[in-house]
This record gives sequence, structure tokens and C-alpha cells, in this order.
Amino acid sequence: MTTIGGKKREKIDRLAELAARDEERGVSLWQDAFRRLRRNPAAIIGAVILTIFVLVALIGPFLVPYGPTDTMGIREGLIKPGVIPGSSSEHWFGYDHQGRDVFSRMIVGARQTLLVGVVATLIGLAVGVLIGGVAGAAAGLGGRWGRWVDSTLMRFIDMLLALPSLLLAVSIAALLGPSLTTVMIAVGMVSVPVFARLLRGSMIAQSNSDYVLAATSLGVRKSKIAVAHVLPNSLAPVIVQATLTLATAIIEAAALSFLGLGNPDSATPEWGVMLADAQQYLGIRPELAIYPAVAIIITALGFTLLGESMREALDPKLRK
Amino acid sequence: MSERSERSGDVLVEVRDLKVHFPIKRGVLFDRTVGHVKAVDGVDLSIARGRTYGLVGESGCGKSTLGRALLQLTPPTAGQVAFDGVELTTLAPNKLRAMRRRMQMIFQDPMSSLDPRQNVESILTEGLQAHGIGGDRNGRRKIIAETLDQVGLPRWALSRYPHEFSGGQRQRIGIARALVLGPELIVADEPVSALDVSIQAQVVNLLDELQDNLGLTYLVIAHDLAVVRHISDTVGVMYLGALVEEAPSDRLYTEPLHPYTRALMSAVPVPDPDVEDRRERILIHGDLPSPANPPSGCRFHTRCPWAQPTRCADERPQLREIGGSRVACHWAEQIASGELRPHKVSVEITRPPGEGEEPSVVSAPTEPGSFV
Amino acid sequence: MALLDVEDLSVTFARRGQRTVRAVDGVSFSVNAGEVVGLVGESGCGKSVTSLAIMGLLPKQPGLQVSGKAVFDGTDLLQIDDRSRRDIRGRDVAMIFQDPLSSLNPVVPIGLQVTEVLTRHRGMRGEAAAKEAAQLLDRVGIPDPKRRLKEYPHQLSGGMRQRALIAMAVACQPRLLIADEPTTALDVTIQAQILELLKDLVQDSGTALVMITHDLGVVAGMCDTINVLYGGRVVETARRRPLFRQPRHPYTVGLLGSVPRLDAGRGERLNPIPGSVRDLLPWPDGCAFAPRCDRRVDACIGEPPELVLTHDGRSYRCVNPAPLPGLTPGDEVRTAVPGPATPGSVPAQAVPDEPPAVPGLAAAPSEEETP
Repeated sequence: MTTIGGKKREKIDRLAELAARDEERGVSLWQDAFRRLRRNPAAIIGAVILTIFVLVALIGPFLVPYGPTDTMGIREGLIKPGVIPGSSSEHWFGYDHQGRDVFSRMIVGARQTLLVGVVATLIGLAVGVLIGGVAGAAAGLGGRWGRWVDSTLMRFIDMLLALPSLLLAVSIAALLGPSLTTVMIAVGMVSVPVFARLLRGSMIAQSNSDYVLAATSLGVRKSKIAVAHVLPNSLAPVIVQATLTLATAIIEAAALSFLGLGNPDSATPEWGVMLADAQQYLGIRPELAIYPAVAIIITALGFTLLGESMREALDPKLRK
Repeated sequence: MSERSERSGDVLVEVRDLKVHFPIKRGVLFDRTVGHVKAVDGVDLSIARGRTYGLVGESGCGKSTLGRALLQLTPPTAGQVAFDGVELTTLAPNKLRAMRRRMQMIFQDPMSSLDPRQNVESILTEGLQAHGIGGDRNGRRKIIAETLDQVGLPRWALSRYPHEFSGGQRQRIGIARALVLGPELIVADEPVSALDVSIQAQVVNLLDELQDNLGLTYLVIAHDLAVVRHISDTVGVMYLGALVEEAPSDRLYTEPLHPYTRALMSAVPVPDPDVEDRRERILIHGDLPSPANPPSGCRFHTRCPWAQPTRCADERPQLREIGGSRVACHWAEQIASGELRPHKVSVEITRPPGEGEEPSVVSAPTEPGSFV
Repeated sequence: MALLDVEDLSVTFARRGQRTVRAVDGVSFSVNAGEVVGLVGESGCGKSVTSLAIMGLLPKQPGLQVSGKAVFDGTDLLQIDDRSRRDIRGRDVAMIFQDPLSSLNPVVPIGLQVTEVLTRHRGMRGEAAAKEAAQLLDRVGIPDPKRRLKEYPHQLSGGMRQRALIAMAVACQPRLLIADEPTTALDVTIQAQILELLKDLVQDSGTALVMITHDLGVVAGMCDTINVLYGGRVVETARRRPLFRQPRHPYTVGLLGSVPRLDAGRGERLNPIPGSVRDLLPWPDGCAFAPRCDRRVDACIGEPPELVLTHDGRSYRCVNPAPLPGLTPGDEVRTAVPGPATPGSVPAQAVPDEPPAVPGLAAAPSEEETP
């Protein structure tokens, strides 16, 4: 048989090792998902919005022109019954009913809002993942005893789920008394059943997969299988949900503040509280409500865009 | 080869009257068992050390369940499995776990049987860690490198993830994962059916080579009779949870005794037009009856072209020895001699009372008590 | 004049930011009335995309490009508008898919799905349609057809579902039936039933059948003419017997060597094709199969091999085909390729393919007779 020229053989060999050519190290699923995320315009818009939001929350308070609690409007006698001055070149968003600079309050409020959203979601995530993870591992791998554990935990979750979310939050807030912590706990608890059910379902589905059987046949302990295999493979939907929950958490926190169950110290600005305060003055200064409302919507949109893009990026079915 | 013949006759696995029944549960609040799917219903077989036992049958015949029950991955309902003299069904969980080092499994779908978030090194290390083999990291690396060479994977595979490989390479990873522990028995459940034709041959050859080099014992489970015949020394044919025939591979092909084996054999397409045109097909009609409600007597009698009015419907045939084969048919001798002629079987729809679904739909539960 | 003439069919998918994928790359074949033609190949060879392109069933997405011709009975199926294509589809050309469960609507009874076809293409309604539907089910071997009509797809077994699908496909007595892996999801004994049914339908009604499959055994028993595809092109076309007896393209040789045969002895080594289907060379750079080929020569790289036609109606796309028996292997080929071949010199290849008379070949039953 005729032999092949050196150069051509090289070419063929290179083609035969197409996979080896790409890069030295392998690409894990997370890296792969991140790559696809970067190519998605929705994800980029979401990320830009959130970056701005976080930046404002972190460094904004040092840059504001006026103190957020400085009632300069009253001091200067600008606030009279039925009169609240609107925007001007010094006060871009005007004054609120107590004569404070709304622009400064919006900037400083971003930090509180972010704090409420993130902490509430983290509370929900932590409790939800704990309950869902235990239930999922027990149901998927634990046999008869495990199914009993799972049933018990899930009935508790069902109870939480049966209450309308706002009602649940209101009851918790009423139980603990109004405070910022209350809002966080209340909003967090509302999202617990979602996380728990999601993780449990995902873990049970993963428990039936062949690689779990393979690990069992290797002789790996069940506890290790649950932690090392089942849990990491079940997390994707939970992470997506967490991003989406951040958006709803901010809105729900605003709703609680609006109902007067939020931070009683209205001196510390927070978008939800500002929205609540503005309702009495809707007739004379509707902008006062519009500013925080729009800010909440844009932030929620940022989280939602990012969350939805992550859902797409992490979906194994969409991977080529 | 010499090692093989020298140790033949030495039985590695002995299965006695193995049964796996999955409860069918109904009810919203309280689970109520309304019946059992008899996936495996009384199987006896033994696998000689260093040999390959092939298990064939169509989907829903219980061959995969048998493989898993043998490895105690699915708890058997009844019966015994002795591995190298050790009874597995009553073994304490910890001892069983230690035992797993000696018996490994290869799966059908190389993608779903590999954890997508583990790279190859981690996949191969896991088993070693679980059994404390290889000592430190370097010792393990040495074992892993040897195993990679054995299955024909390059070193750069170690840092890569399953989704970066082709189907054939993934199956090699699956084989490496089983081999790395140095097992004696490998249960291969449809090891090539998810692969492309040209890749199937690579994997089949690899399995052959590994057996020659390492003296492995295989239980190969497949629906493809040609593949099973190619790699097996002994072939068992399963129908509805039970063995209907067991014979040396060549003998099964030249002298199939059970009507079902004959039908199966005649249905396998051969890539040769001359053979295809000449062969007579024994078409069996209808579908597999429900394993939840198997026919009485011989389970094949509802579709059997040789079914007789006596015995077939009311007496369950046991495996009996006929000239080197074991066959579960009352009339095997008469059929072999041509005394009995096949007749056309009318299609009969078997529908268990109170069940709206066609049997084959419920035939393959993967786990006892599915989670709805 | 062939019933279906596919000429230079190409399908490319372009995705934003990614390389263009050529799924089908200049596929040509023809189907005569009453003929069974096989499209054989492994995953990714373009066999399914070919059939979907002919039927106009490829998902409409930006970046999809279909070129070439698929002339069915004088009409180019690739040129007509959706409406006329829908008219032809189902009436003159019908298709059967691999997975019968997902091809049937799960929430509509079988009967309704069959009568729908009858209403759409044959204008039958009510009682008449129901009666015809029952007859169709009976014809494809579904027992108790009247009752089956009222049942839903999930109540039928896999084999029965495929039969129901075939019933729908043959409802209007199409002149061409395209079956895409019709038995891959089924057990062997059920597969045998379905293949038997398809054979009967072809024989009884003279329907032409395009059989798309990866299973060489199925092809050996069914097809009159076989097209072997690799990397989106037809690499070899031959009648059934010559193809299996004397495969010329190294890929065909490799495929046949890879399949364990039921009638072969235990322990016979298989001769697999090295590498995987992923190791493709893009056609413009040479033969796509070259990276895996054990007969590759210098001429394989650089230019795509041209189609070589031989005297007996066979054709293949290879510059160094497997030798025919009867000739000294190696000799034939080495003399045929004097030095590095230029594309123009490739047809000269055809010379050694016309051996004077190979003993044994004449004794073979003629494949030329129409079934």
C-alpha cells in the first residue's frame, strides 16, 4: 500500500484528534454553561443591570449629595400641607413629604433593598436546600426508612405551601414584630417550599440515573453518593430559582414594608418603605411612588433576565 | 487460553431460583399493593470462571433485572446468589460493599452512566478510594494509567469530562471504571447497543481482549443475539422472567430446541442477501404478555407455533437436559425430530382484568415503588 | 424515468457564531416505482436529514439551507410551496418514523388520527371513514380493529403503534413510502413482523419504499438498491447482492466487517473501523472517511474523490477501492493509480472495475430483474 506524505499524515492525525486540539484541560459542565451564558445577550443585559445595582448599593452612600435622613425641606420651610417641591437642578428627584432629598434616599436605599433581597433568598435557600436535600436523598437512596423521613418532611413543606405566601409572611411578621430581620425571615420562609420541592424532585430524578447505580456497584457509600453525585447534579434548577427568587424577594419585601410590617425606623431608606410612604401623596406628587417602583422593576428584571439565561445555559437538553 | 481451560469447571457464580417481584402500587394517600410484576421468576444458572455467559431476550423479559439482582443492586425477592462460594443475598451491607470490588458492571448508555460533572480521573479514582486501593495519590495514578492503556484511552482523557468524548470512548471510560478495581466478574448490560455499528465491533473486540489478558468472567446481557453469540461461551435465552433454553453458543445456533429460541433466531437479520432470501422465518404473533399476569403453564404457549393442547397450558416446563442443552419445553424432542409441525397461531390479545393498559406498557419498572 | 430523483441535495445549518454544519452534502439517488431503496449509514451520516429535506419537514429556522433537486413524478419537491407539498405529503409520499409513540398524538384516539388522513386527502367522512380506517388497521395486522380505533396510543404496544403508523401512511395508497429506522425501537421478533408487513405492502400495492436504517441485516433482506452514506454523501451505490458480496468502498467493507453475524463462529475477531464517526475530514479537503480508512493513499487528501461509475450500474466515491476477488489484490490498485492522482485522472479508476469475467460472479443470481 502506498504510504502517505509526512505532511498529509500529520493533517489526518490532527483531524483524528479533533477533541485534543481544542485545549489542554477539559471543560466541565459549569464552565460550559458559563460560556453559553456569556454569549446570551439577555444574560449580558441582566448582568449589566445587576452590576450597576450592586455598585450603587456598595459605593453609592459615599457619593450622595445630601444625607438621606436630612429633613432639609422642612428646615427650609419648603414643605407645607399639600405642597411638596418637585425636581430641580439641586434636587433631581425633588423632596419627599419630610423634606428629604429623594435622589439621595434612592441611592442609599439600594443597599437596604439588596440586603433584604439577598439575605431573604439566602435564608430561603439554606432552609429549602436543607429540607429538600435531606428529603430527596432519603427518598431516592434511603429505602423504606428514607421514604418515611421524606414523607414527614414533605407534609411540613405542604403545610407551608398551603398558606398564601403573603399571608404567611404577614403572620410571621406579626409574630416577630415589625423589623428588617422580620421582613427577611418572612420573605425567606415563603420561598422555602419552592426550593425544597425543587431540590427534592430533582434529586429523586437523579437518584434513578445510571451513574448512581454505577457508583453503588463500585461500592461507594450511599451518603457519599448523595453528596458527591446526586446533589451537585440536582443543583442547577435550584440556582436558577434562587436568581428568580431574588427578584420576587425584593418585591415581596417592598410589599411587606408597604403594609407597614417592614422596618419601623423609616429613617433608613428602603425602596419598599419609600413606596409605602409615597401612597399618601399620590395626589400631589405621583413621582414619589414612581421612582422606587421603577427601580424595583428594573432590578427585578435584571435578576429575572439573568435567571432565565442561566436556566437556558444549564439545561442539558439545549447543550449541543 | 491455557489458563481458561485449566480453570473451567470452576464455578464463579451460582444463581438458584432467583426471583425479583416488583409490587404494583395504587392509591393516592395510602399505597396499596395490587399485584406484582414478576420481572424475574425463578432462574437457575451458573457461570464458570473465566467464561462468558450470554443472556438474551427481548425487552421486558427481565434480563437486566436479573443482572442487577445478581449484583444485589436490586434486592431479590427470593433465591440465592453465591459468588465464589459466598452467599450474597444474606451478606451484611458492609461486607457486600467490600465484595463489590470483585464484581463490576458495564452499562448500556455510557452517557447516563457517567456522572456528567466528574472528570475521567475522578470517575476512575472514586472506586479506588471507596475500597482503599492504591494507597496514596501516586499509587492510584499508576493503576489508573495502566487501566487507561488497557482500554485504549489516551492520557489526556484524565482531565476531561464525559460529554467531551464520543460514544465509543465513553463506553471505554465505563469499562475502565469497572476494570480499575481489578474485578473477577463483569456484568455487561447491553454494552454495545447504544453505539454505532463500527464502534460496536471495537468494544466487542476490547471485551474479548480483556478477557484473554485478565481472565475475566463475563455475564453479557443483550437483546442482539448475534452479539451475544459472538462473545459468549454459553447462552441463556430468557422469556418472561425465566430461562427457556441454555446451551453452548455454537450449539444454540446449530440446534435451537425451544420454539422461542427458534423464532428469535429466525428473526435476527443477517447481513447477507443469500442467507436472508433462503431462510424461513418463524414469525411469532402478538406481543409479550404482561409479566404481572403471565400465562399459565408454559409462558410461551400463547404465542408458540408448536403449542399442544395438552400440558403446554397447564404445566410449567422445567429446564431439562437434552444433549448438552438445557431447555424448558415439554415437546422439545418431538419438535427437534420433526414429529410435531408448527401451526399458525392466531393473535390473542392478553389484557389483565381491571387494567386499562396494554401489557408491554407496564412491563419495565426500574425500581420497586416508583415515586409519583 | 425514476419515481423519485434526488440530485445533488445539500442541507446546511448555520448558527450564529458557529461553524456552518453540512449535514447533507450533494446526495444523489433515485427510486423507481415498486423498488425498495436503502439509505444506510451510522449516526450523523445525514440519512435522516436527507429524508426530512425531501419531505420538507426540516424545522424552519434561520440558517437552514436546502439546495439541489428532489424530483418526484416531475415535480421538484424542494421548489413547491408549503400548501402543495402538504397535498403531496400523505397522499403521494408518506413517511414512517422511528419512534411511533412520539409520532402519534397522545391525546387523540388512533381512529381519529387515521380518519383525519382519510378526510384530508380522500375526502372521506363519518361512517365511511371509520369503516375504511378499521379496514386499514386490519390490513396492517392489528387485531380487533374496531375496538382499537377508540384507543389511545399509550394503550398500544410498540409494535402495534408502528402498525398504526403504517396504516396511516398507507391510507391513501402512496406511491412512495419513506421509512426512517422503522424498526430500531422494536424487539427483533416484532421487527420481523413489521419488516414482513412492509414487504407485503410493497409487493401488493407496488409502492416504492425508501428504507433508512443503520442495520445492514435489515437492508440485506429488504432492499433492491442500497446507498451507503458517510459524512453526508453517498459513498457507494449498488444492487443488494453485489454490495454484500463485493463491497468496494472501504467504509462499506468496514461496516460489513464490524457486524457480528449470527452464523459466524464464537470468538472470530471482528474487524472494526478505527476511530469514531466524529473523525471526519470535511469533504472539500478530501475523502471524509480518509482519517479512519486503512486503504488511504495520498490522493485521498486534497480533493474530494469523484463518483466512479462501473459497468454493472454500481458506483462508489473512492480513489483506492477494495479489490474485486479474482484479481490479485494490490496489483489492480497499484497499477490503477500511477503516482499522485489528480481529480481528472480519477475516472481512469473505472478501468480495473470492469474485469473480463470473474469466476463465480456469473453464477450469482441476477440482481437486475425487477421484483
